[in-house]
Amino acid sequence: MLSRRIIPCLDVRDGRVVKGVRFRDHVDMGAIEDLALRYRDEGADELVFYDIGASPEARGVDVSWVRRVSDLLDIPFCVAGGIDSVERARAVLHAGADKVSVNTPALLRPALIGELAAAFGSQCVVVGVDSLRDADGEWRVRSHSGDPSKMQAHARRTLDWVVEAQQRGAGEIVLNCMGSDGVRAGYDIEQLQAVRETCAVPLVASGGAGSPDHFVAAFRDADVDAALAASVFHSGAIAIPALKSLLHANGIEVRLG
Amino acid sequence: MTDLVIIDAGGANLGSVRAAFARLGVAPELSRDPARIATAGRLVLPGVGAAAPVMDTLRASGIDVLLRGLKTPLLGVCIGMQVLFERSEEGDVAGLGLLGGQVRKLPASPGIRMPHMGWNRLARRVASPLLDGIDEGAQAYFVHSYGVVGSADAIAESEHGSTFCAAVARGNIAGAQFHPERSGAVGARFLRNFLSWNPA
Repeated sequence: MLSRRIIPCLDVRDGRVVKGVRFRDHVDMGAIEDLALRYRDEGADELVFYDIGASPEARGVDVSWVRRVSDLLDIPFCVAGGIDSVERARAVLHAGADKVSVNTPALLRPALIGELAAAFGSQCVVVGVDSLRDADGEWRVRSHSGDPSKMQAHARRTLDWVVEAQQRGAGEIVLNCMGSDGVRAGYDIEQLQAVRETCAVPLVASGGAGSPDHFVAAFRDADVDAALAASVFHSGAIAIPALKSLLHANGIEVRLG
Repeated sequence: MTDLVIIDAGGANLGSVRAAFARLGVAPELSRDPARIATAGRLVLPGVGAAAPVMDTLRASGIDVLLRGLKTPLLGVCIGMQVLFERSEEGDVAGLGLLGGQVRKLPASPGIRMPHMGWNRLARRVASPLLDGIDEGAQAYFVHSYGVVGSADAIAESEHGSTFCAAVARGNIAGAQFHPERSGAVGARFLRNFLSWNPA
């Protein structure tokens, strides 16, 4: 039986892992390679690296660190940030990333998803969806969410976009529930459940993890394939081995040590 | 020193497969030159994406014909394993025909998502030195939508809706549907076993 995945997300800037509010108050966390191997040793099933400088600086991902990570790491990893063309995706994949994740560029030009799937196969193409509930009760997508001053609301409903992204060739969906992101009060189970109903490819929950129970709820109640988190892992608030033991004890299939 | 050649049939995981061997202290050479491939001590055929471009590359240089005549230990990984078989439903292309059987789309169903992406258990089907040191139920990393069901040459199977072939061996031919280069200690052990594999 396929295991449910635990995915730490690492923000990368100028070749280092950083944390903090995006674009402000960055704290250096250490070298990319050191943190990648530490999470691998703790039992992370996969890693996501988000090049937070790429998109605002309108450049592609710096692939030199992607190559170094690929040479070292023996678990899969995905790279996000500034990937807006087949060429930029190719550079990242050929440097050794297993998947690329696209968000704002796919919203601005949905054909990008199909171009990436045709060039590399759907299994390499992750579509990140930033979603927020509007006053009328509908979940709608947001773009440029990496920079609060540039974030844009769209008329596109989250559920419609998830369907369209799959039709265009997305091999995985990461649903970032912005309403719960950073609050540490738990994943947005209601929204994840709604998206799950329309999502036949793997679905990754993102935004809101604060305690191990939140992971249990996401897997058990929203049937997601993977759960992504950043701060609770970086701060040490949640240790992956203990988290996986808890998931296992709750009857959730995971990869243990 | 193992004279290991990775057959360059395109695809993005060439570098990761090479790095996985480098972590084991082996420096594989990348080649699509039939003369070089013919003299290699061991061969690895990686592949991601789809079967058709891999087969096109192999045919264009005559490597397909060459491989059918070699007795060199050969390991196919992911799409590289799938093209060892007779035919793939993906793009309806003929494979190398080194192993009997067809590659088919794995069925999705409620709760069974495609692609099959993530860590899954290996269930041993027959004893093989390629599985030495790998515990029953150990997990490996998979990412694919097509697979081989019911191969007589399966040494390990895995289950995702249906039971499919996770690793194969017959004569000098071996294959892994999973990605040993991204399967942690389990994958490293599988690759090390391949490096010391002496098929009868």
